Amino acid sequence: MNSRNWNSKAQGRAARLARASAALGTRLVHKRVASEAIVGLLEAVIEPGDRVCLEGNNQKQADFLAKALMQVDPQRVHGLHMVQSVLSLPEHLDVFEAGIASRLDFSFSGPQGARLAKLVSAGRLEIGAIHTYLELFARYFVDLSPKVALVAAHAADAQGNLYTGPNTEDTPAIVEATAFSGGIVIAQVNEWVDGQTSTLPRVDIPADWVDFVVVAPRPNFIEPLFTRDPAQISEIQVLMAMMAIKGIYAEYGVQRLNHGIGFDTAAIELLLPTYGESLGLKGKICRHWALNPHPALIPAIEAGWVESIHSFGSELGMEDYIRARSDVFFTGRDGSLRSNRAFSQAAGHYACDLFIGSTLQIDLEGNSSTATLGRISGFGGAPNMGADARGRRHASPAWLKAGREARAHRSGAAATPRGQKLVVQMVETFREHMQPAFVERLDAWTLQEQAGMALPPIMIYGEDVTHILTEEGIVNLLLCRNDDEREQAIRGVAGYTAVGLARDQRMVDELRERGVIKRPEDLGIDPRLATRNLLAARSMRDLVRASGGLYNPPKRFRHW
Amino acid sequence: MKQIPAGLEALDYRFAGKTQLGAFAPVLVGVVGSGNLEVLLEPAAGHHCEIHIETSARGFGAIWQAVASDFHRRHDLAGVRVSINDMGATPAVVSLRLDQAVSELLP
Repeated sequence: MNSRNWNSKAQGRAARLARASAALGTRLVHKRVASEAIVGLLEAVIEPGDRVCLEGNNQKQADFLAKALMQVDPQRVHGLHMVQSVLSLPEHLDVFEAGIASRLDFSFSGPQGARLAKLVSAGRLEIGAIHTYLELFARYFVDLSPKVALVAAHAADAQGNLYTGPNTEDTPAIVEATAFSGGIVIAQVNEWVDGQTSTLPRVDIPADWVDFVVVAPRPNFIEPLFTRDPAQISEIQVLMAMMAIKGIYAEYGVQRLNHGIGFDTAAIELLLPTYGESLGLKGKICRHWALNPHPALIPAIEAGWVESIHSFGSELGMEDYIRARSDVFFTGRDGSLRSNRAFSQAAGHYACDLFIGSTLQIDLEGNSSTATLGRISGFGGAPNMGADARGRRHASPAWLKAGREARAHRSGAAATPRGQKLVVQMVETFREHMQPAFVERLDAWTLQEQAGMALPPIMIYGEDVTHILTEEGIVNLLLCRNDDEREQAIRGVAGYTAVGLARDQRMVDELRERGVIKRPEDLGIDPRLATRNLLAARSMRDLVRASGGLYNPPKRFRHW
Repeated sequence: MKQIPAGLEALDYRFAGKTQLGAFAPVLVGVVGSGNLEVLLEPAAGHHCEIHIETSARGFGAIWQAVASDFHRRHDLAGVRVSINDMGATPAVVSLRLDQAVSELLP
């Protein structure tokens, strides 16, 4: 006879719900929890050692629930295992200092990276692993399913349906993993609608998956992460953007792509309707994007370059513009953006032919990392965007051309015809304060030793990088036939850094002859013509104007 | 020699050149601002390209030497004095400004 209980999750869930009901009494009406009862709810439903997802995204933050979690009694709630993609609020780490949580699995810690490193070295917190977004979401459905999910939405109705607004982000992935594995879903919302006199604009998360809803006293915090003021783009960035467009996008006919965050790629976006147009590339490149709604892309959209954009999350100030350009963006029946980080990451990985982004350090093998000493920050989505999709099977001209170049000098299994994703690292040879972007040894190795990691935190492996673009030129690593050539090719675009000055000039000249290295003049680009006048918008005000007044930048970007 | 303000580093390079410049009106490009520089070209007697640098970023002599040598290799100028006022510009910006200045000279 089988005496095992096969339904402990459902029973545990029922017990948690019953405890909540008893603890809250009249402060719980159907799914609606009174704001002042939130700490009591958390103490009732969270058990010691639970895996808890406290929704932290790139944009929206479940900040009210984060503060509430900090107020629980550590005698009752402790030893939590936090599983969340982004650590951006101080509370995300306060819970470890307070002894409420002890273990962490995450993707990106951005502004909290330095503090996270300190907590790890002080033994206050144990890191399970640092993941990519897609990788962490995948584990939500395997061995890291949350027992309790604390999520953020814009509004809820009386049934508990959630409207996330444009920043849907991680919410569907988190809630699905939790709701279908016997977990509890608690949502903070900015607004409550009764379903009769007022209704939700659309449903992003069905009520059936949500257990509790609380109205937060203040709207959830949203970070404008992808806004870059064109006024800060330099001539060197314009030059590099010209090289990217002519030397890579046009060369491969890149139709589907993802841009990383930063001024380098913002410069490319702002050059499409000017320099790109002058090269006759409209309609031939950059038609489909996996991208947050970058304000810098407005001029290209307005000039008719862009057919579609699917977004990981939204961007503050872009709401009305997106609504008015619903042919381009994914929008709900209500007209506002529907973002979804999991699907957009999948789109960037499998359906884009090119990823281009900046980095902090590149070594002689082409390994690239933004990890710096004293910080444990993770890489978010970059490792998925910036990696060849080994499972991809559909062909496109750009993918096939890169694949042919990569396999021409191989033999055996490695010569089997297949395509390859274009992965471009775009860096000035020196960053601010003359920090060299090219190094013999990545800081990642020292960080690995300091933090006791299994592997050095490398953002994009040299094996996946196909091109490195600096102000000195473009190197096509696919055409390198051996490690020596690869090293010299990288030195050959490393400018006046120590790595660049130590080049074998004869070999670099030969690589240039073969087209492995291309200088601006080899591409027919005169660096003296790389001026800010080429930018389709040179200020935030220009972006607003280009949008026909629909883009409404956050206050800190309004300088006029 | 004029006095070098405290905190600045002065560097001088001198190359024998072949492209002799006659008389020309001085050329000034760039601005003295953070991460930027000012380049002044003036006629000078003789067959040399003299480069005088005052920079707020100390300790990068080897890089300046390489940037100056590459500039001379590209243009091979003679009879010119190049004065640079640098506020921590990267070598890429320095080379760009130098080339911009020369292009004003030789349209």
